[in-house]
Amino acid sequence: MAFFQIDNLSKSFGGLKAVDQLDFQVQEKEIFSIIGPNGAGKSTIFNCINGLYKPEQGKILFKGNNLIGRRPDQIASAGIARTFQNLELFAHMTTLDNIMLGRHLSMKASIAAVLGLSFKRSKAAKEELQHRRKVEEIIDFLELESARDQFVSNLPYGKQKLVELGRALALEPDLLLLDEPAAGLTQEEREDMVFWIKDIRDLLGITVILIEHNMQMVQNISDRILAINFGKPITTGTPEEVLGHPEVIRAYLGEDITQV
Amino acid sequence: MRNLKTDYFEDLQLFKDGLQLFWSAVLLLLLFALPFFVKTYYLTIINLMAVNVVVALGLNLLVGNTGQISLGHAGFVAIGAYTTVLLLKAGVPFIFALTASGLVTGLFGVLLGIPSLKLEGPYLAIATLAFGLAVTTVIGRMDFLGGRMGMNVPKISLGWTGLKYDQSLYYVIIIITILAVIATRNLLKSRIGRAFQAIRDSDIAASAIGINLTKYKLYSFGISAFFAGIAGSLWALYLGFINPTLFSFILSINFLVIIVLGGLGSITGSVMGAIVLTYLNLQLEDVVEIPILGDALLRFSELFMTATGVSNVSWFLTGFILILVVLFEPLGLYGLWLRTKIYWKRWPF
Repeated sequence: MAFFQIDNLSKSFGGLKAVDQLDFQVQEKEIFSIIGPNGAGKSTIFNCINGLYKPEQGKILFKGNNLIGRRPDQIASAGIARTFQNLELFAHMTTLDNIMLGRHLSMKASIAAVLGLSFKRSKAAKEELQHRRKVEEIIDFLELESARDQFVSNLPYGKQKLVELGRALALEPDLLLLDEPAAGLTQEEREDMVFWIKDIRDLLGITVILIEHNMQMVQNISDRILAINFGKPITTGTPEEVLGHPEVIRAYLGEDITQV
Repeated sequence: MRNLKTDYFEDLQLFKDGLQLFWSAVLLLLLFALPFFVKTYYLTIINLMAVNVVVALGLNLLVGNTGQISLGHAGFVAIGAYTTVLLLKAGVPFIFALTASGLVTGLFGVLLGIPSLKLEGPYLAIATLAFGLAVTTVIGRMDFLGGRMGMNVPKISLGWTGLKYDQSLYYVIIIITILAVIATRNLLKSRIGRAFQAIRDSDIAASAIGINLTKYKLYSFGISAFFAGIAGSLWALYLGFINPTLFSFILSINFLVIIVLGGLGSITGSVMGAIVLTYLNLQLEDVVEIPILGDALLRFSELFMTATGVSNVSWFLTGFILILVVLFEPLGLYGLWLRTKIYWKRWPF
């Protein structure tokens, strides 16, 4: 049984088949990339995994359990965290609060309990502080100290991406879905991002599926790659196999590349 | 001045530093000494302000923090007020009547919250508006609630305090208001308050990190209504008489104006908005007596608005204030307060 497996998944919008009978498997502690031209259906796959979309058919198996029909918050509690292509941050909150929100599922204080928050000995305060320490570890890991008390809407784009990554990490997921983690980053920020994603897998033992357009990064980071176009798989394999595949080159660069 | 924190708990404690503790203590002392210095009339004004603070805290939680809307909060205040009167008449002690009013109203809040799961923006506004209107209409038709004629509110037994009734009532209201402020503050600092704000800023991301949207939207409606119910209970108590027309649509709008003027999503804002707007509304009742302005307003009102004179001048002015706030200071009075604070901190730079 694969760690994570998609079976015969289809999702269409009206007449457009965004994902068409897709199959793939991801092994535990793998960095698995999905590539494809714009509109190939990559983000739709994430939205199906994450429960935002309801696919028409197929199965999404995570550690053997089918995720289809579950709400996004249930999927989060099953151990899957994600980031979004066009940042979905809590813009009017600080970096600290954004990442603290990633701890929401592991915190249990009830409405009655949180009323005692301002007393140091209350259960709610103890829980809050315990999770605060965890969040500070993540802030430390992603070097976000200077952004801690700033509203995320005031942060530069690169930092905002890190806050979103930090929030996902705060869930302590088993599977992390990264939707274009390097889009819009500078060369230097991108190199840091590669370094962090590798650390996330190597040090934290989290399996990563990522969607990315930067081929250099994909090649550098991935154990395996899935290339899709029009919602259908072109090929799966190691970076060398996939990026050298003629169909993949054609999908990215167009039909008549040889004649130019 | 010490700026560095040495313990994470410093972000949770009630008072940031000794200075804040000192001024809070001064304010508290002042509030508690007040009944011995001022006339009963002023106490009733403070009572009204305090009741509005409690409603504003709850409404701000829903509108400012969770990003939902309610045009029917007067309905919740009515439910709280009537529950208290019924229970007091049945001989239930006030403390239980108060709690029950909060809980019953909270339950109604959850019920009204159910459509909010499907409705957004203007549609939710209409649904809550209809709720507010329906409550007073239904109450007006029920004889055991006094119908349109209203009911007298039994006095509660506060003789044991050894003070005059008005004074004791003032203390009851002030203490409950202070508790409400502290409760809101702790709630907002907690995982639950953060979840509310997450839903406001991005419901997609909120669900992706594991927040059950249904549950937390209902929590927000329930808690917001709970506060309105408590406020209704207190209001009934100091008015001594209630009828359905008190809880009109205009009252719901007034609550919204309070939080927008004070500052959406801010506790300080709720408190400042309630105090300022309550004061303004009271002053505007006598606007005709102002020498030249009053006369001009009267003529303006008769020409363009209504034949009945200046009864609507306060609405006119609150509308004007709202436009100013939205144009120049979206964070309301709280925003002004923040700016002033920053200005003095940085002075002379």
